[in-house]
Amino acid sequence: MILQINGRNETLPEDKLTISELLGIKKVPDPGMISVQLNGEILERVEFTSKVVGDGDELEFLYFMGGGSGRECR
Amino acid sequence: MDFSNDQIERYSRHILLKDVGGIGQQKLLESRVLVIGAGGLGSPIATYLAAAGVGTIGIVDADVVDLSNLQRQILHHTADVGVMKVESARATIESLNPDVKVELHPYLIKAANIRDIIRDYDFILEGTDNFPTKFLVNDACILEDKAFSQGGILRFKGQTMTHVPGSASYRCVYRQPPPPGSVPTCSEAGVLGAIAGILGTIQAAEAIKYITGAGELLTNRILTFDALTMEFRTIPVKKTDWALPESRGGKSPENLVEYEQAYCDLETARAERKAAGFVS
Repeated sequence: MILQINGRNETLPEDKLTISELLGIKKVPDPGMISVQLNGEILERVEFTSKVVGDGDELEFLYFMGGGSGRECR
Repeated sequence: MDFSNDQIERYSRHILLKDVGGIGQQKLLESRVLVIGAGGLGSPIATYLAAAGVGTIGIVDADVVDLSNLQRQILHHTADVGVMKVESARATIESLNPDVKVELHPYLIKAANIRDIIRDYDFILEGTDNFPTKFLVNDACILEDKAFSQGGILRFKGQTMTHVPGSASYRCVYRQPPPPGSVPTCSEAGVLGAIAGILGTIQAAEAIKYITGAGELLTNRILTFDALTMEFRTIPVKKTDWALPESRGGKSPENLVEYEQAYCDLETARAERKAAGFVS
């Protein structure tokens, strides 16, 4: 199948994958570090294991980013 | 309008702009903007807002300047190490532009104080390194009907979005803070100093656009960039129930959530996950 991930077409040998499986293949170190948008809709994290993607789906992997001013725990 | 000759000269490049002009410059001089975090993002934000003649800039930060900050936090200079960041920020801003009044908030943002702090400002910019504060700023701005800019950076990447009342919020993209330990911070993973400049100046431009009414804001979109490829993308984001508070039929929390303790627990959890190989 061909998926559009972050604006780029990517060909994968699989016909279908769950979001969790796709994150594994794309080597996302931890599913907690991203929000996933599938065809314009943000998915809930609990949907990662059930939602299935196939040919033509458009995904955005939106990574949490902190940055700026750090703060110590005290 | 009542500009001095010095002001006409100082702001001449703004006044020349059709979308700013004398009227826009007057609005900037009368505006009140709050910068939460005087760090990597807060530095370019506050510097450009000061240069632009934003009349009152509030700075929130409870930290002192550390030597490791100076690679990107351009509000602070070598002689400022050990000085409160808000004090250092005030000195830099006042030397840049005496038109600017600086208000200092040298304490941590909490659920208990944030609404009172943001209430007095026209626009809020968030540039903190921790997710409890990012969510707190988002939630409080929604309750107070405030426009704000949210920014994040890591390694060579940055992302930002602007919210105005009724547009998509940070929670429309990120429902809740990441699980403890799942996201590395800049202090763990590093960040290119110039990335803070790129992202922070985008946020400053949004604040200036909001105040002057110029152009279209970065609302209902999230901008991401990767400096390694210099690709910039804006991704449309749909407004959801999270853009409105519970009292107005939405899901954004009415009682502000204090994620503070969870964040501190997170430091321990993160170290454990790192040791177990979950985080690169």
